Amino acid sequence: MIGTEDKKIEQLTSFIKSVADKPHPDSYLIAVLHKAQELYGYLPREIMDVISEQMNIPTANIWGAATFYHYFNLNPPGRYTISICLGTACYVKGANDVLNAIKNHLEIDLGQTTEDGLFSLQPARCLGACGLAPVIMIEDKIHGDLTPKSVVELLEQYRKREK
Amino acid sequence: MTEEINIIINDKPYKVDAGLTIMQAADQCGYHIPRLCYHPDLSIEGACRVCIVQVEGMQNYVASCAYPIAEGMKIYTNTAEIRRARRDIVELLLDNHPQDCHTCDRDGNCELQRLAYAMGIRKRHFEGERKHYELDISSPSVVRNPDKCILCGRCVRMCSERQGINALTQAFRGFETVVMPAYDMPFAESVCTTCGQCINVCPTAAFLEHNYTDELFEKLNDPDVITIAQVAPSVRAAIGEAFGLPAGQNMESQIPGALRKLGFDYVFDTQFAADLTIMEEASEFLERVQNGGKLPMITSCSSAWMKCMEQFYPDLIENVSTCKSPMSMGSAMVKSYFAEKIDVDHKNIFSVAVMCCTAKKYEAARPELQINGGPATDIVVTTREAAWMIKSAGLDFLNMPAEEFDAPLGLSSGAGTIFGVTGGVMEAAIRTAYELCTGETLIDIEVSAIRGFDGVKEGKLELDGNEIRVAVAHGLGNAHKLLDIVRKEPGKYHFVEIMGCPGGCIGGGGQPYAAANSIPLDEECLKARAEALYNNDRKNTIRRSHENPEVQRLYREYLQRPLSEKAHELLHTHYKPVEPKGVIYDTLKT
Repeated sequence: MIGTEDKKIEQLTSFIKSVADKPHPDSYLIAVLHKAQELYGYLPREIMDVISEQMNIPTANIWGAATFYHYFNLNPPGRYTISICLGTACYVKGANDVLNAIKNHLEIDLGQTTEDGLFSLQPARCLGACGLAPVIMIEDKIHGDLTPKSVVELLEQYRKREK
Repeated sequence: MTEEINIIINDKPYKVDAGLTIMQAADQCGYHIPRLCYHPDLSIEGACRVCIVQVEGMQNYVASCAYPIAEGMKIYTNTAEIRRARRDIVELLLDNHPQDCHTCDRDGNCELQRLAYAMGIRKRHFEGERKHYELDISSPSVVRNPDKCILCGRCVRMCSERQGINALTQAFRGFETVVMPAYDMPFAESVCTTCGQCINVCPTAAFLEHNYTDELFEKLNDPDVITIAQVAPSVRAAIGEAFGLPAGQNMESQIPGALRKLGFDYVFDTQFAADLTIMEEASEFLERVQNGGKLPMITSCSSAWMKCMEQFYPDLIENVSTCKSPMSMGSAMVKSYFAEKIDVDHKNIFSVAVMCCTAKKYEAARPELQINGGPATDIVVTTREAAWMIKSAGLDFLNMPAEEFDAPLGLSSGAGTIFGVTGGVMEAAIRTAYELCTGETLIDIEVSAIRGFDGVKEGKLELDGNEIRVAVAHGLGNAHKLLDIVRKEPGKYHFVEIMGCPGGCIGGGGQPYAAANSIPLDEECLKARAEALYNNDRKNTIRRSHENPEVQRLYREYLQRPLSEKAHELLHTHYKPVEPKGVIYDTLKT
């Protein structure tokens, strides 16, 4: 449960207030959702309720916008977000096999988070490291030259680190 | 005067008003361009592309619903090329649609089916991926079936633009787009007011009423159960349409016979209960006026409005009349007064309401309306469902011999009839309140100021030297406008009538689907239904609720007088704010 009295709410509220007097304040909904995701890491339902009430926008409309854009997370992200590059270079070098290995090993699909909350998996286009293809990025670290086997070992290293 | 311009449709010259869209102009010239997402009362979505035409000089096909005409424009609606393109578009819609027409609730009533036929689609060329989602049956009123949805968006626009509720959105994107409530929550937990207008405008079976007819057939066939029906005023004004009659035929004399043939032991009239409602509501109003009670008093007959009020207007709860709706009053009388009269345990009575409404299914399930520990109304069937039951049982409805409703809850005044039209409750209340207050009979009883289909109507009358100002709104979107005024100027009105559906109950979410050559909620159709009820009022020798001899007898024998302790126990209720709270959002603001 997200506390509605905490500091983050204050920040969000003051952001909403800062756009309230602008022409077409509704059009700032996306910006407000960005702010909320920046604060919480995803868009909690309680927070969308708060936004609805403060901006006087129906929750259904907010839900429509939040689900339309891939950038918005509707579930809390894991401790580590794995971005797997599915750009052309990585793809021809076997990114799809790497992706399947991750999916099988973590038992999640793209856009999902493991049950233990440790890993989230999201697709990326080019990470600018084509020379190391296929690559994944965890936090801000690039891991390259991956194979279905080595990526599993890599994930296990992260998992050990957390224990 | 509007300027006229020249256009050419299919090589024939026409003069039409400037400022029309191609579709509107073509309609005037006698060319009905096929369409799907378009509805004249809603904003232009331009989503389905079914209404494309060719315009000379333009490279691409043009969506005629959204494109304005211009001087000298050459439009082609029916070339081999455009017919083929249009057919392809509809074929692609069908490819992501279940192939189960023969087991579908809308079989024979489906716009997509009719369109596929008109486009000449006789086989399916593609077998592709098809979406599959869970059926949402959480709501007692409305069932949502995304598998049948073709994403025309009429329901979303209806719910936001006409009703101002915004329960629905098109969530996610591309192939994954689904029409759903916020957070993909079950319909029953959303802000949906259960008005059922999404069903009225849906071209397919993506929205349907929650159907309980199987259970009802079981009860009708159970010799140990006494089944009692009551029929809402607006049902008689519309049910003929389900049997192919034009709008506005009053089927009052066919209904009792048909329901008896279905197996009902007693057939009562909700109009009787409407007269009873007026006795209580007019008395409550006078009491509020005379004793400084909360004003304006707001009517409480519309169940969609009830749910809307509890979610969006908790600050107005004290303004709302404590009177139950006619349906719930009628059911309460069936399970108390009438049960005692025929000396039967109320537990053996199965009380059924035939309603023009889907929200009444929700109302019937409200716990505070229970009588002696059980539901007052056991099942609500809509006009559509009743028509289906009659057909399904093989009854010749149109040639049904004329029969009367049963006594004592079957006799009604003309005031009870007009409950079904926007302004009718107010008019009926005025007829009775005037006489209760002044002791004189109101001569000019047809209150024209609050008749008609304007969204918000106002009127005033003199009551014992005081000016009484009244206002009426129909459709929840209009209700928002009126209640906005009530919130800002609480002293402006004394009495306010709100009906959840366009035109009042005659435009209810449970009424027959639009005929093949018509559109849902066509105003001409609503007017014809309204006229049927007004005619019924005019030909009635009793036109004021307090003159209904059966109502008088009910008070004499059982309730004593309006607002008595017994009346309060059986005929009045209470409301409380509920979650989720909704926000009032004017989608048409720019």
